[in-house]
Amino acid sequence: MKGLADRHRLSPLALAGLSVAALVMVAPLLWTVALSLKSNAELMRDSGTAFFAPYTLENYRAILQGSQVFGWLLNSLIVSLGTTLGVLALCSLAGYGFARLEFPGRRALFVFVLLGLAVPEQAVILPRHQLFADFGLHNSYPGLILPGLAAPFGVFFMAQYFRGIPRELDEAALLDGASRWTLFWKVLLPLTWPAQATLGVFTFLASWNDYWWPLISATRSDRFTLTVGLASSQMNYAQTSGLGYLMAQAVFAALPILIVYALFQKQIVGAMAGAAAAR
Amino acid sequence: MNAQGRRNLLQAAPFIGPFLLLYVGLLIYPLLDGLTLSFHRADPFGGRAFAGLENYARLASDPVFGQALGNTFKYAVVVVPVLTAITLALALALNKPGRTASVFRGLFFSSAVLSVTIITLIWRFVLTPDAGLLAEVWEAAGREPVPFLSHPDLALLAVAVATIWWSIGLPMMLFLAGLQQIPEDIFEAAALDRANRWTTFRRITLPSLRRTAVLVVMLQTAAQLQLFGQAQLLTAGGPGGASRPVVLFIYETAFTRWELGYASALAQVLFVLILAVTLLQFRAGTSRREP
Repeated sequence: MKGLADRHRLSPLALAGLSVAALVMVAPLLWTVALSLKSNAELMRDSGTAFFAPYTLENYRAILQGSQVFGWLLNSLIVSLGTTLGVLALCSLAGYGFARLEFPGRRALFVFVLLGLAVPEQAVILPRHQLFADFGLHNSYPGLILPGLAAPFGVFFMAQYFRGIPRELDEAALLDGASRWTLFWKVLLPLTWPAQATLGVFTFLASWNDYWWPLISATRSDRFTLTVGLASSQMNYAQTSGLGYLMAQAVFAALPILIVYALFQKQIVGAMAGAAAAR
Repeated sequence: MNAQGRRNLLQAAPFIGPFLLLYVGLLIYPLLDGLTLSFHRADPFGGRAFAGLENYARLASDPVFGQALGNTFKYAVVVVPVLTAITLALALALNKPGRTASVFRGLFFSSAVLSVTIITLIWRFVLTPDAGLLAEVWEAAGREPVPFLSHPDLALLAVAVATIWWSIGLPMMLFLAGLQQIPEDIFEAAALDRANRWTTFRRITLPSLRRTAVLVVMLQTAAQLQLFGQAQLLTAGGPGGASRPVVLFIYETAFTRWELGYASALAQVLFVLILAVTLLQFRAGTSRREP
């Protein structure tokens, strides 16, 4: 059974190919870190010095000593957590409603919600921008959070999960005199924990990395999320600060999510692949 | 509606009501209003004048839109097949138990958790002729650095390379999940039949991945036709519009020139194009049967 054993081991050729690919993956990251560890003056003279010592932490010190990056980080955290909690609450309720309750027009309504999956962001952005301007919601947390709550994916995802829970549980609970609400809150919701985790991780990452809506809605620099803040530093770095400082910002912004990824790799990969495959 | 129906509706309202309210208010209403807007001349202060098909006539003969549309499709036609091939190869190589394969999988997925602004920052200083990693390596080899980001023939390609680097994680994982679903005993049977590796690959592995491949291609096509951040941040659509995709054109039309009616018409056209392409792929991917 040589063929079988082969399929479970990496061949030397595959290993070589993978190593080259891994180098291509890692080299840009290492270069970024190297640049962030050089003094701006030295990089100004010759950026090739980033290949060699001396390295310094001065750019990171400058960030810690007072930089808008902390504010952006906090904004991103508030917006992403707000979006995640909102999506989980709304989609659990609606998912349960569509999966378990009988009411007139249910099928049609569900199809109506599913149609929203096909709508790309840029098709709704202009009226949405005007609507939020009319309500004075730009440059505010609710303004940054609300659009994420209208996405139909989570409803579809939670409805699927609720459908997979045996109906006998409902019947037993209802026979015991539980109300619809108790049934939902005390009996079924605790069973959906794996789905909540998947949807939560997926939503948090999508919101954390969203660039399109905050770019349009948050125009004041103290309301920037991390993505928009970094974009603005990137566009006018030449006038304001040095290359090393800019790259230190990039590393600083990437670190939280990379640490979270390192800790919860399995869950994150599972959530993203699971969410994509659910479509 | 009878009394029972009304009671049921009342019971369901607290569950589906909150989401539906937001969905209609923030997605459906803007969608329909965007359609209306595309038939108007509009200013950012809410003034609208009916313009019939003027915006659509304009975009049909707008060379800038034509260029952006060409760029977008050229870009997608490169990125989607290359990304699919690379991620399929990685998945095939890494569909193994053991620590080494697991470390590689984690590494290849890692870029997918970064935001577009971080990956463009990283790639700007790989590709730019001053301070770029490639330029430094080029110079060390005694060669003139290539201005990837400001070269009319290379700018869009540079955006494509950065995107592929950023996007390999998810399709790779989808292919790996697809591979995991192929029952092991099929391979055992093939080995007993002395099928060689190529035959096994072509007759068993590839056909079993068909559904996954269709999913990957559909997801990626829809995503790449909406290219925005990478182009805006890496090249600003330049030089001379050579790397400007449709969404960047929509963004500029709306939020720097404030031609809201025209921008809305552009968005409608892109929406219909994405929908049409995805539906075509879906039909092509599901209707044809393997012999």
